[in-house]
Amino acid sequence: MLITCPYCGPRDVIEFTYQGDGNRERPQPPSQDLDAWNAYVYDRLNPAGDHNEIWQHSGGCRAHLRVVRNTITHEILSTAFARGGHKSADNRAEGRS
Amino acid sequence: MAEQQLPERQSPLEPEYHPGSHGNFEHGIDVILSETRPGSILQLAAWPGEEKRLIEIIRKVTGLTLPDGAGGGTSSGARAVFGFAPGKFTVVDEAEGLAAAFAGIITPAIGTLTDLSHGRTAIRIAGPKAEWVMAKFFAIDFALPAFPLGAGRSTNHHDIFAQIQRTGADQFDIYVFRSFARSFWKALCHASEEVGYEVQ
Repeated sequence: MLITCPYCGPRDVIEFTYQGDGNRERPQPPSQDLDAWNAYVYDRLNPAGDHNEIWQHSGGCRAHLRVVRNTITHEILSTAFARGGHKSADNRAEGRS
Repeated sequence: MAEQQLPERQSPLEPEYHPGSHGNFEHGIDVILSETRPGSILQLAAWPGEEKRLIEIIRKVTGLTLPDGAGGGTSSGARAVFGFAPGKFTVVDEAEGLAAAFAGIITPAIGTLTDLSHGRTAIRIAGPKAEWVMAKFFAIDFALPAFPLGAGRSTNHHDIFAQIQRTGADQFDIYVFRSFARSFWKALCHASEEVGYEVQ
């Protein structure tokens, strides 16, 4: 499985570290909304299909990436720097440019 | 007042550094391994949006002009520079004291300067089979069109993080953590045995 790092180019998945579900919205630190915190910690979409994920190129340039991966085929549909903002599986066509 | 005596830097490779020909060299030596022992190895990082200012500072201080693009780099013999991550650059000089030349110029508004001269070990692999030996270690494309002269790459070999710069058509400089350098060096020697190697 290859992931194309926007900086380094295609690299083996062994160089990357999975950093979790990319759909989560972290509540503001002072938030006391327990439902929001509960959702952030526990709720996962777990789709059979395209999935937003955060990965780090820990064995390379160490950049954090937004990756859309198909959980059935493991196809990597798009990669982008996480710093560049949110890209969801629903509008991934934008991220493919 | 007595002159300041700088301590002599010791190589972490020393117990395993055996100059001479080794391995299967009866039919010729296809790889030359050496430790380049640069005096200065620096890591420079620019905050987002400050990359161009940092590249300009690197040009002024070292005289080296970074080419555009991810992983771009160049070397002039005594000095070398390459990008290894977004907005981050490794700068190397044969002489000590390069950090002092950058200090004060890289302001906190532009980015950061980290002196890694004592934290990294520089290993050079050169020769017609250098690409072959490197390809056994790292899962990246070492062919000249994919990895042009001067360019840098960040990757790792069995969790030993390595920065690699191509400093010749058949020559690469590898920067590894000093604490892992001896282990990496031994592995590199073993990998070079089949082609015949010389340690200089």
